[in-house]
Amino acid sequence: MNSQAIGAGQLQPAHDLQSVAASRGELVLRADELSKDFKLGRGQILHAVRDVSFGLYKSAVVALVGESGSGKSTVARMLAGQESVSSGKIWLNGEAVQPSRGGEFRRYKSEVQLVFQDPFSSLNPAHTVRYDIERPLRLHHHSLSREQVREAAVDLMQQVRLTPPEKFLASYPHELSGGQRQRVSFARALAAQPRVLLADEPVSMLDVSIRLEMLSLLDDLRTSFSLAMLYITHDIASARYFADEVLVMYAGQIVERGAAEDVTQQPAHPYTQLLVSSAPDPDNLGGGLRELPGESGAGTGSATEIAGRNAPVVIGCPFSDRCPFVADKCRAENPPLLQLSASRAAACWRLDVAAPAVLAGREGGDDLTN
Amino acid sequence: MRTDSGGYVSGTTLTGDGGAAAREPALSIRDLSVVYRTVNGDVRAVADVTLDLHAGEVLGLVGESGSGKSTLAYGATRLLRAPALITGGSVIYRGRRMSGPVDILGLTPDQLASLRWREIAIVFQSAMNALNPVLSVSDQLTDVIRRHLRTPRPEAVQRAGKLLDLVGIPRARLRSFPHELSGGMRQRVMIAMALATDPEVVIMDEPTTALDVVVQREILGQIMELRDTLGFSILFITHDLSLLLEIADRVAVMYGGQMMEVGSAEQIHHEPSHPYTKRLLRAFPSLHGPRKRLAGIPGTPPDLLSPPPGCPFLERCLDGTEKCKEIEVRLLPVRTSADPRHQTACPFILPDQPDDEGGTPGDGARPAVAVPTVDLSSAGLSSASVSPDGGSPDGGSPDGPAAESVAVIQPGSEERAQ
Repeated sequence: MNSQAIGAGQLQPAHDLQSVAASRGELVLRADELSKDFKLGRGQILHAVRDVSFGLYKSAVVALVGESGSGKSTVARMLAGQESVSSGKIWLNGEAVQPSRGGEFRRYKSEVQLVFQDPFSSLNPAHTVRYDIERPLRLHHHSLSREQVREAAVDLMQQVRLTPPEKFLASYPHELSGGQRQRVSFARALAAQPRVLLADEPVSMLDVSIRLEMLSLLDDLRTSFSLAMLYITHDIASARYFADEVLVMYAGQIVERGAAEDVTQQPAHPYTQLLVSSAPDPDNLGGGLRELPGESGAGTGSATEIAGRNAPVVIGCPFSDRCPFVADKCRAENPPLLQLSASRAAACWRLDVAAPAVLAGREGGDDLTN
Repeated sequence: MRTDSGGYVSGTTLTGDGGAAAREPALSIRDLSVVYRTVNGDVRAVADVTLDLHAGEVLGLVGESGSGKSTLAYGATRLLRAPALITGGSVIYRGRRMSGPVDILGLTPDQLASLRWREIAIVFQSAMNALNPVLSVSDQLTDVIRRHLRTPRPEAVQRAGKLLDLVGIPRARLRSFPHELSGGMRQRVMIAMALATDPEVVIMDEPTTALDVVVQREILGQIMELRDTLGFSILFITHDLSLLLEIADRVAVMYGGQMMEVGSAEQIHHEPSHPYTKRLLRAFPSLHGPRKRLAGIPGTPPDLLSPPPGCPFLERCLDGTEKCKEIEVRLLPVRTSADPRHQTACPFILPDQPDDEGGTPGDGARPAVAVPTVDLSSAGLSSASVSPDGGSPDGGSPDGPAAESVAVIQPGSEERAQ
């Protein structure tokens, strides 16, 4: 039964995957088998991130999607140099860097900037916006005169559409709305003139009605500053509209990756399928909720809890506990990312059962977008 | 102006004939107004809002931050305190266990205490803050049960266990403290607490906003199941319209402290009447179906300290005219709808915007105002943005008859306000 069940065995591990984001521009930042372990005490180790590899390309957006506790923010923090790397390498402009090391940190930070989720706690309430914007300008561009710094600050405010700039520069965070605060965060990140912007859930705390505006602002900034952007979110629907490539994370691993439209419209990995079917769907009216595939009876344990509890277990697929398609091999061996097309891969032994359409599409022709 | 001290039970003044009583709403909010007293003057948080919650239904209340949706719910249950002040209106509650309808705004503190939780319970937004960190789950649940049902402790503990079963938490968790529970579990405990006394009306204030989608879906599924088995009605407050459309029977849209539109989820989704509703519907990315053109809603909500005259949405409305400054904002049946319960505060019937119809790009009939449309990844979008049938993604709203029967305000007409 076992050999019969593993029809996906013919797939090859995805060693030379071509990111769809690469068509936008050159490679800027590369994560190479990044891992992060946290020591929990009593000899326990939490593998928060395991062997995560991807590239960020100039003028392209890569989305990292997953639930809380999946390790997506830890990836961002490692890339931002705020967390040391347990193993693996970070490559910036073709050079291996160790951003969490002292002297290199500031040079790295002028190239790679992070925007946080919560605009209410990421700005110091005791400082005006001017302080927040001008400080990185001075730190990262020593040669600027006082006048030039002021001009640059005004210019940044206009870039993030906070006008009139002088009024907003003089205000304190508590005087601003959530959306305005997040714009200040963007301006502060851009003050260093980075090549890479890591946006950790930049719109999750904002109202639905202004989320879209913020995403379109981020999109404009991506174009005008030629930013390589990592967009971290748990809202896979926004990733569909905003990102070139989508990486789906579960329990510290990338379980599926590919072009945004492919991954969201024809998810291959059972977890991605769960994620996609969990997103609100206004077209499904009638007061009831759709049944989730394979979620019957799995009910009680919250996703976070399972991810956290299972993380230390290295044997087997981390999703095997919740997976409706689980087979013996899934519990015994953790699947690597298997190549589905030139740009697409999924880490699942049971792809023939979980996503027969995707496999069939693979034989018929690679590109699902057309 | 009413205060908590001058209470009365207005049950005597409201006599419903027996036959219709069954169909009368469980909660009728009539012309409720709430202000926040500040040194700079009154902030008009809720203005003359009328809303009915029928027995057993899920009524979704949607609006952005500051639209007054929470103030409305807390005002109706008298949970606001100074500087908030209820300046007018009535909130009639008709419970099956009650001898007759009562005006919640007129109850004495004692009467209120017996109504709260027993009849109307609330699930607060932040489970992290709403649970007491130094009491176990069991203590918090039994406290509610013993206070409101006067149950002796052993039975109360029994009931607490049953409640955890209901919301899908193992009974062993009774002894846990809030910090030992995950976010989803805490929210389930909050729901269990709200249901502890078998209330008829449950107000849920963004119960799943802080959770991620998979957990959110599980919890919503559970809420709907409980509604079906226990038969309470839900006032579900959220800013996520896409979620509401799926779970709610009816949807009420609030903006700037006023009600903009009320209708069935079906009507709101497929035949939105108010410009604000229409814009909200295009403001969230959808995962299913063809990729639509999306547009945010630029601008900010009105300053409720000195609210603008007429329609509060005028400043951000693409179809606004000078006339909108003069209208009195109140809900009227949508003239093109056969259902008189589909009501809108916009007295003008507007032709559907071209973008609604499958996002035909480059259609010149839009107003001259720049709308930031999100056309994010150009790859593959241009073809996908037009729905396959070439028609409206809304599934064919009857815009034709709408346009002929009433005076149509042309979008982009010269007299655009502001």
